[in-house]
Amino acid sequence: MAVQARQTRIIGSRALLLPGLLLSLGLLVLALLWSITLGAADITPEVVYDALFNFDEEIFDHLIIQTVRFPRVLAGLIVGAALAVAGAIMQGLTRNPLADSGILGINAGAAFAVVMVAFVFDAPSLSAYSFAGLTGAAVAASFVYGIGSLGGTATPLRLTLAGVILTAFVSSLTTAILIQDQETLEKIRFWTAGSLAGRDMPIIAQTAPFIAVGLVGAMLISRQITTISLGEDVAKGLGQNTVIIKLIAAGLVVLLSGGAVALAGPIGFVGLVIPHIARFMVGVDYRWIIPYSALLGGILVTLADVAARVALRPQELPVGIMMAVIGAPFFIYLARWKVRR
Amino acid sequence: MVRQTWITFRPRRLPFSFKFDRRVPFAALILSVFMLMVLIASINYGAYNMTPLDVVQTLTGTLPADHPDARNFNLVVHTFRLPRILVAFLVGAALATSGALMQSITRNPLAEPGILGVTAGAGLAAVTMIVGMENAPMELLPFIAFGGAILTAAAVYALAWKQGATSPVRMILIGVAFASVLQALITFMLVFGEIRDVQQAYVWLTGSVYGRNWEHVRTLTLWLLILLPLAFLSARSLNALNLGDEVAKGFGVLVEGQRAFLLVISVGLASAAVAVAGTIGFVGLVAPHITRRLVGPAHEGMLPVTALFGGALLVLADLIGRWVIAPSEVPIGIITALIGAPYFMLLLYRERKS
Repeated sequence: MAVQARQTRIIGSRALLLPGLLLSLGLLVLALLWSITLGAADITPEVVYDALFNFDEEIFDHLIIQTVRFPRVLAGLIVGAALAVAGAIMQGLTRNPLADSGILGINAGAAFAVVMVAFVFDAPSLSAYSFAGLTGAAVAASFVYGIGSLGGTATPLRLTLAGVILTAFVSSLTTAILIQDQETLEKIRFWTAGSLAGRDMPIIAQTAPFIAVGLVGAMLISRQITTISLGEDVAKGLGQNTVIIKLIAAGLVVLLSGGAVALAGPIGFVGLVIPHIARFMVGVDYRWIIPYSALLGGILVTLADVAARVALRPQELPVGIMMAVIGAPFFIYLARWKVRR
Repeated sequence: MVRQTWITFRPRRLPFSFKFDRRVPFAALILSVFMLMVLIASINYGAYNMTPLDVVQTLTGTLPADHPDARNFNLVVHTFRLPRILVAFLVGAALATSGALMQSITRNPLAEPGILGVTAGAGLAAVTMIVGMENAPMELLPFIAFGGAILTAAAVYALAWKQGATSPVRMILIGVAFASVLQALITFMLVFGEIRDVQQAYVWLTGSVYGRNWEHVRTLTLWLLILLPLAFLSARSLNALNLGDEVAKGFGVLVEGQRAFLLVISVGLASAAVAVAGTIGFVGLVAPHITRRLVGPAHEGMLPVTALFGGALLVLADLIGRWVIAPSEVPIGIITALIGAPYFMLLLYRERKS
């Protein structure tokens, strides 16, 4: 299965790549600020600026911003960056244009582990959640690769199907737990759809380190990922130790997706859509795709969260559902028009 | 290397013939006997005490008329247990056959009935009804679910249609995409619904034969009586399709037409099963695999044996589900998931060398 290669990219001149990145960063900051202004009661940008830089405990709006909105928006940024970069790595590694942590079942595995923790322990500590997310992601990643490799190489189609099977299996188990225990169900319903609601600084502090390590690691091996995205044989011919690189990359994917799921629940499609947009903008070099993905991912999730909060006002939609509504048509577009054979 | 020997059936005066692997009659016989034993065990097991002999007598109508518990036995066996077990068998047969068809149509051993988003479509329709409506009429549930399944399959097929051909790869991928968005919508319903409705919806989504009655048996039997023979009779086209589009064309198979036809049958079987028993997974994936290993991939023998095997598997799963945490029961869909995963792990273990 091959994707029609784009010979041209939007940012045609290499000199424009860095300015483009800075521009994206600027857009991200704007999106974040806009997101903070929206909510049950809209707050003007001046007040937001004051709350962040001249924090005054007495002012109610400042409190709201510091304790509720800013953490939520920060969580959205972190989750978006993590999922987008994880998707970029997966797509480069497996040479599969339709890879992302949701489709490959990694989100489902991490989510199941977190649900288990919520079910088994009465008051689990935050670190238990992160640990569960990482473990679930790791186990799911190994499984999907194993099933996908049954009877041959792990072609993109097999990996996708393996992801479907894994997701089905894990969802059954998750449902089994949720049927048994109404209490856990209540606690966790919203979260299972992928949600930024109620994310506060403690949980961010727990998961951000893992994601930070993942992001830094991704930048460090971005050159190797570019090489391996050219093909296993090409990479080996160029002297790369593909086994080590694949292991490291897989580890980074686990850190990034596991951390993201532990933070905000299973949000899919970010890792699918963003790398394509990044590739469209900057070409096939992962040294640029990865940083662009991180920023664009942050922007996408932030905007999706805004849409989710505004769409059915005053009721709040989980951001995961909004991402599915945005992402699925894109997936269908890719599958129908961009996949040869 | 097993030396392949066939049993051929080639009547002189009639214009058809077929052959099947000689392992097929053995497999069919053993499976039938196994099925019967599981059936009796399953009817026997339950909160109400009976002996296997009582069960056999009640089933065959040879219970002595003056037996003190005769009426109770009849009630328990004929009204409560037999219908649900028959439903389990029919659903298993339908799902297994549907899965075998899908795997051959897409030439991919990892395909399963829900791959065209059929199960997700049925699920969304059913969940919308359970959660969205006040006092939803449960008798309508199978029809609604069926409608959702067919609509989704049609949409996926339409989108996969490009320049007069539908490539299996495109179908699968678009099916996966559809399933994702439908799943998100299901999640949406589950997140915002009344908690009790949501729990009911979850049970349906997992797949269960609890409370299934003779109406369900009748409906399923009708569907299967039409669809299964159509599937079995297409064995030769399936064998050819399995070898690739060009090869099949060379054999004179109308590839696109046959594929569409077989898809309709597969989707019909899967939808009927899902409409009655909810979304039960893994039977459609695992049963054809195992059957292929038992009797070989030639569809003439493989399809009927798959149906039998799938049915037996689900009846067994139902028994386990009722036994494990008695008097409460584990929904059948969870049992099949728990069977399916170790199967894959076993496959992984076996193939690790290659």
